[in-house]
Amino acid sequence: MMREIDHLEVRNLLHAALDGELDTLDMMRFEAHLSDCTECTAEYARLSALSAAIRERVPRYAAPAELRDALLQSLMPREAEPPKVVPFPASRLQRWLRPAAGGFTLGAALAASLAVMIATRNVENAVTDSVVTAHIRALQPGHLTDVQISDQHQVKPWFDGKIDFAPPVKELSDQGFNLVGGRLDYIQGREAAVIVYRRKLHMIDLFVTRSDHAGSGAEPAPAPRTTPSGYNVEHWTDGGLDYWAVSDLNRNELADFAKAWQGR
Amino acid sequence: MELGQATETARFAETALPHLDAAYNLARWLTRDPGDAADVVQEAMLRALKFFGGFRGGNGKSWLLAIVRNTAFDWMKANRPAEIARFVPGGTGEDEHDIENIAFEGDDPEAALIRAGDRRQLDGLIEALPLEFRECLVLRELEELSYKEIAAVIGVPIGTVMSRLARARQLMQRGWLKEETR
Repeated sequence: MMREIDHLEVRNLLHAALDGELDTLDMMRFEAHLSDCTECTAEYARLSALSAAIRERVPRYAAPAELRDALLQSLMPREAEPPKVVPFPASRLQRWLRPAAGGFTLGAALAASLAVMIATRNVENAVTDSVVTAHIRALQPGHLTDVQISDQHQVKPWFDGKIDFAPPVKELSDQGFNLVGGRLDYIQGREAAVIVYRRKLHMIDLFVTRSDHAGSGAEPAPAPRTTPSGYNVEHWTDGGLDYWAVSDLNRNELADFAKAWQGR
Repeated sequence: MELGQATETARFAETALPHLDAAYNLARWLTRDPGDAADVVQEAMLRALKFFGGFRGGNGKSWLLAIVRNTAFDWMKANRPAEIARFVPGGTGEDEHDIENIAFEGDDPEAALIRAGDRRQLDGLIEALPLEFRECLVLRELEELSYKEIAAVIGVPIGTVMSRLARARQLMQRGWLKEETR
């Protein structure tokens, strides 16, 4: 009788276990039951297979570009517009840098006052805000990548002569992160190379800048952060360069990305 | 005044836009039509902007998806009253007999199987699920929301989410196993 009650109870726990919704104690009871109940074990395997098949094969539909454009236009109509005064024939790159150059003065002044007034941690938060804003700006149509190439041997030379350091470009497609391209940006008044990856439908921007603490070698990355807007940010320093990975990808997968990048 | 409004709109964009794909995906699976889904999302974004003042921060995704979900239901009430009439708002799906009757009405899983290859088959099975099961399954398997988040989006207790999800999977399995043993 006791066994029967346990059995019925566990049937109801199968889904919660599958969805990671059981606390430690219930999970232990659940596993104990599975170890001597072939029926529940089989059912659990079937449910897992179904769940995996859905996640793998059923599409998560992405918003059509026209819908995204229409919404962006109605929400931030002028954000993407470059200033009108252009002394040189404007290349695509110059158009891109010009609004950022405006941000440069402001960013530099802000950084200077921040440096005096508040602790490093807050500066770090300001940088985090800054990379997230840059990421959102880049999601606007036509701004995501200046060079749209999925081959690291073509993305890397594209940065040559455009910035005064050589950002490493890595091929991580075997780990599910596909190289999409690159662009230039300014983060807190500092030149940044941005290497763009895609994981399923999520874009990942990897911002690379020269580090303040160059020469100090690799530093342990601070804990991953989720901004109020729902973007996740991973930051690390390596070989005199600062890295920020920004994406709406979930925390674990972005952490995997950071690990994959540093592991090579 | 205008500046304040612009800041508010920018803050809204930052909260809502990251979840635009999730919003569209949910609307797409609820309405089962790309054009209708786009209409629903556009309307939902307008509502969301209007109600943004009442958003106290926290989980932006659940907040937006709840609005999308309600907009989709309103849209279907207006445009597909027959479909929405079968929907049981507080129902847990515990009444086996009812489910058997409504589960694949109008879109037989057998037909979905024959019509389709492997991926299309799973798509078809999900589309054939009654609304209350379909939304739970999509929010859980495709949007990877927790039970608590799903409960917040749908506006039902967590226990109801659990039993609907269990039913959704049971119905899916039935169609899926049929195909495997064929």
